[in-house]
Amino acid sequence: MTLQEAQSSRTAATTAVPSRSVVERLIRARELSLVIIIIALIAGTAGAQPSYLFSQGGWRDLLRGPAMLIVVAIGEAMVILTRNIDLSVGSILGLTTYLCGDLMHLTSLPNVVIVVIGLAFGAALGLINGLLVAFLNVPSLVITLGTQYAFRGVAVLWIGGRFIRPEWVPNSFKHFGLSQILTIPWLLVVAVIVMLASGWFLSSRRTGREFYALGSNPDAAILYGLRTRQLTLIPFVLSGLLAGLGGIIYLSIFATGDSKVGFGFEFQAIAAAVVGGVAITGGSGRIWGVALGGFFLATLNTALPVLNVPSLWQQAVVGLLIVAAITLDRALFVARQRQARKAVHA
Amino acid sequence: MSHLLEIRGVKKSFGAVAALVTADFVLDAGSIHALVGENGAGKSTLVKIIGGLHGRDDGQFLLEGNPVNFHSTAAAKDAGIAVIYQEPTLFPDLSVAENIFVGRQPYTNYGTIDRAEMRRATRELIGRLGVSIDPDREARGLSIADQQIVEIAKSISLNAKVVIMDEPTASLSGAEVDRLMGIARQLRDEDKGLIFISHRFDEVFSLCDTITVMRDGAYIATNPTSAVTEDEVIRQMVGRSVDNLFPKQEAKIGDVVLDVQALTSAGVFSDVSFQVRSGEIVCLAGLVGAGRSEIARAIFGVDRYDSGSVKLSHNEVPKHEPSGAMKLGIGFVPEDRRKQGFALTASVQTNIALTIRSSLAKLGILTSGMEVSNAATWAHRLQVKTRALDTEAGMLSGGNQQKVVLAKWLATEPKLLIVDEPTRGIDVGTKAEVHRLISELAGTGVAVLMISSELPEVLGMADRVLVVHEGRITEEFAREDATPEAVMYAATHAPEVVPT
Repeated sequence: MTLQEAQSSRTAATTAVPSRSVVERLIRARELSLVIIIIALIAGTAGAQPSYLFSQGGWRDLLRGPAMLIVVAIGEAMVILTRNIDLSVGSILGLTTYLCGDLMHLTSLPNVVIVVIGLAFGAALGLINGLLVAFLNVPSLVITLGTQYAFRGVAVLWIGGRFIRPEWVPNSFKHFGLSQILTIPWLLVVAVIVMLASGWFLSSRRTGREFYALGSNPDAAILYGLRTRQLTLIPFVLSGLLAGLGGIIYLSIFATGDSKVGFGFEFQAIAAAVVGGVAITGGSGRIWGVALGGFFLATLNTALPVLNVPSLWQQAVVGLLIVAAITLDRALFVARQRQARKAVHA
Repeated sequence: MSHLLEIRGVKKSFGAVAALVTADFVLDAGSIHALVGENGAGKSTLVKIIGGLHGRDDGQFLLEGNPVNFHSTAAAKDAGIAVIYQEPTLFPDLSVAENIFVGRQPYTNYGTIDRAEMRRATRELIGRLGVSIDPDREARGLSIADQQIVEIAKSISLNAKVVIMDEPTASLSGAEVDRLMGIARQLRDEDKGLIFISHRFDEVFSLCDTITVMRDGAYIATNPTSAVTEDEVIRQMVGRSVDNLFPKQEAKIGDVVLDVQALTSAGVFSDVSFQVRSGEIVCLAGLVGAGRSEIARAIFGVDRYDSGSVKLSHNEVPKHEPSGAMKLGIGFVPEDRRKQGFALTASVQTNIALTIRSSLAKLGILTSGMEVSNAATWAHRLQVKTRALDTEAGMLSGGNQQKVVLAKWLATEPKLLIVDEPTRGIDVGTKAEVHRLISELAGTGVAVLMISSELPEVLGMADRVLVVHEGRITEEFAREDATPEAVMYAATHAPEVVPT
């Protein structure tokens, strides 16, 4: 084979690749199919019980309920993208809820200040996770399993048998949880802003792209000279911050809470990320997919009881969805590899 | 004028193993400098030190006359050093363009990554190399040659002063090699300094202006290409006496044990036929990547193969079924001890008993006591140095780990033992013991198939040497005829085509 032949066959191989768009379409279909499933779910549930959708409270709860899961799942997704995992978000969420509740009770700080303190507190707990993972060289699964229990333990010590009383929470704060703009709850607007900001950051800033690079091939990231420690650390801080935001949203919706707030919530967040198309092995996934995944799971949680699905089955349904999503990802991955190989041999 | 890059007396050890004893290396701008040596001569370690991946224990490192001390690959990159590693290191999920620019993507005025500009720059860079790769396709699934093109485009875009290519041609076809060499010359003419590591002498001699030889972690010689012959370089690479290192026992060579006929696996190896007799040690020699380990893995049934047959004492060895191969009496000590050889976190005794669990167990129950008595026998025979048999195997030294792996297979009393790089990363003393063990084993009538990249080991141990070159057995030497120069020459050259 002459050089020219080799080159022309190479060009052929490269131009043959646009069949990739088939795969691309399948991946896009993830978000599209989530939208369709969500609409079908809401329609079906509203058909069984119209007030689920067609009442002022029903509409509002439908839209504001998922806000908490969406923001926490987005934080979790950023950690997963870098091939790590954060099991402590539920505990961070709970701790932030009590901190803000107690601050409202014990001080007369304005709401804004309390929110800022809550966010900073969540970020600080995330920083602890990040430092431990980035510098101890211990898998994040182990570190955050540990901090999950540690943070929860602190919560139990702190809150004990007490609980946040609704009367501690200022009316203005509760009002924000209920308020709407053009019938859209403000809490959902907050979640959408978080989605847009983090989506922009991940797709259009160098650091965001480096998250993907690190998760895609950690060894190459070291050889390439990426700042792997910072890149490991930052997502944990963001995840902590957003879990803190989740705690604040919780407080504005429920205005109460005991030492169990956010218990097990990390699994919901991971599930939302995975169902939304984030590869559990890192390196690929989109934030608006995660947001849709969060919206879907939260809606499912409220729809299943309305549809008279026994509560035991609800968990099984969520579990099956996670397995289905991961199986689908795996199948897609294999298909992509096969296609890539075909393109090479073409 | 100072040199572009200067290394003087650099030392590096990993634990007890000295990878670099004294490395010297001088690179000038506008030149292509070959670094050659046997596997394990320290070339890759030197490259990793230059690239900032490893620190050095001692010695001097000057870049353009200034002493430097890199603590990270990022620091080396910033100083203008680009390394293209043997294994391309791309991010499979990112696009080709992003792989080149990650971490330094151009921004628009709005602080957003300028994808159009990145795409344009990528097209231009890759176009300069005379190829076209879609900048938007993801890197997953690119051919090795295209991956290398992306790596080279990356180093050009970094405007690196020093470009290091660690065996870049190992998996390229002829036309691709020609193109790569064209690119290397182009970079040289732009006054960059290139370090070119390769085992292929024809490439080294046609491309490079200077050749530095390393052996056993030490600097041996630097020659202008025009002033040396291949034979002289080969002699510098292997030059040492090997006779007294390996006390090989005489063994009675008996019947054929392993009979491999026309074994072929598309794209990996083809038409491999050979036999190993009882008591015989046959070595597969050749370069890393020539397909030796793949042949061994196919025989043992770890990897699939397309056609051909493997027989052990006239019994067909089942395809792709290691447990079947084990039952017939094949033992396999793999190349990568830590990953494939044994259970790092399990105890020494469990590891030794691993292959014979079912024969040791009574009524399907295996107690620690049964493991111990068996393990104690073998640990003693192999002189495994461990404080207790319930020590975690991962805590042992490399040499003792290898003995545990050997013990595990010896316990099965195999007819054929395949050992792949048995002494890699093992200190000299233990090396000799491993050699003694293998030799003793052959003395008891076991057929041994050994793969080794260390020429002295091959020559010292083998009754017969088979040279594998690009997936084919191209030469066979009897023990008496196997000289280092002849084997090295066969390993680095395609066989002469006999005109038909």
